[in-house]
Amino acid sequence: MDALLFMLFAAIAVVCGINLVIQTHPISSALSLVGVMAALAALYLLLGGEFIAAAQLVVYAGAVMVLFVFVIMLLNAGTERKVKKNPWSQYAGIPMLLLFLGIVAWLVQQMFPYTETVSFGGFTKGGPLEIGRALFTTYLLPFEVTSVLILIAILGAIVLARKEID
Amino acid sequence: MPPLPLPPAVPISWYLTLSALLFSLGIAGFLFRRSIITVFMSIELMLNAVNLSFVTFSYKLKQVDGHIFSFFVMVVAAAEAAVGLAIILTVFKNRQTLEIDELDSLKN
Repeated sequence: MDALLFMLFAAIAVVCGINLVIQTHPISSALSLVGVMAALAALYLLLGGEFIAAAQLVVYAGAVMVLFVFVIMLLNAGTERKVKKNPWSQYAGIPMLLLFLGIVAWLVQQMFPYTETVSFGGFTKGGPLEIGRALFTTYLLPFEVTSVLILIAILGAIVLARKEID
Repeated sequence: MPPLPLPPAVPISWYLTLSALLFSLGIAGFLFRRSIITVFMSIELMLNAVNLSFVTFSYKLKQVDGHIFSFFVMVVAAAEAAVGLAIILTVFKNRQTLEIDELDSLKN
C-alpha cells in the first residue's frame, strides 16, 4: 500500500513537473506547479511530516501560487514567442541534465541500501507540538531573524510596486 | 495481468531520486524557458525538490530538524516570491516585455 501511494503521488509530481517545463503558456505552468506541490504534500504525509504537509498546502499551493496567478493575470502574460535557439544548448542540454540525474541517482543508490525503507508511521515526531518546541528552543534565533527577513521583504515589495508620487 | 513487482516498503533512495528528478526538471525549466514568470516558477520547483530531501533525511535520522529547515525554506520562498514578483511588475512597467532575452541592457 505504501509503495502504491508513493508511486501514485511520485507519478503525479513528475508528470506535473514535466508539464510545467513543456507548457508555453505561464498559466498552464502555474497550474502544473500547484499539482506538484499537492503531490509533494501527500508525500510529506507518508514521511510523517504532518505539519510540513499542511504548511506546504497553505503557504505554497495556497498563498504563493495565488500570488503567481495574480501576477500572470495582471500582466496578461501570453504564450512565449518561438525564438531560434543556440544548437549547442538545444542538443547538449538534455543529455547533460540526464547525466547529472544519473550520477545523483547512482550516488543515492550507493549511499542508501535497499534495506532502509520508509513505512507510514515510522516517524511520528512531525506534528505541530514537536515542530513548535524545536522552533522556540533550539531554533529560536533563526526564527526571530526570519521575522526581520519578512519585514524587509514586505518593505521591498511595497517600494518596488508603488506608483511614483511626485 | 500479474501484480506489479512492487516492494512492500519504499526504499529511502526512491524518495531522494524523486527529489533529484524534480530538481533536474526545475533546472531544465530555468534554462530552456523564455518567459520570466516560468523561470521564476522553475526556481520554486527546485526549492520544493530540496524540501523533499530535507523531509526524507529527517525521516531517516528520526529527528525533527529537517522539518524545521524545510519550514525555513518555505518562509524564504514566500518572501522571495513577493519581492521577485514585484520586480517582475516593475520590469514589465518599464520595458513592456516578459521575455528574458530582451532584458539585456546590462550586456556590453
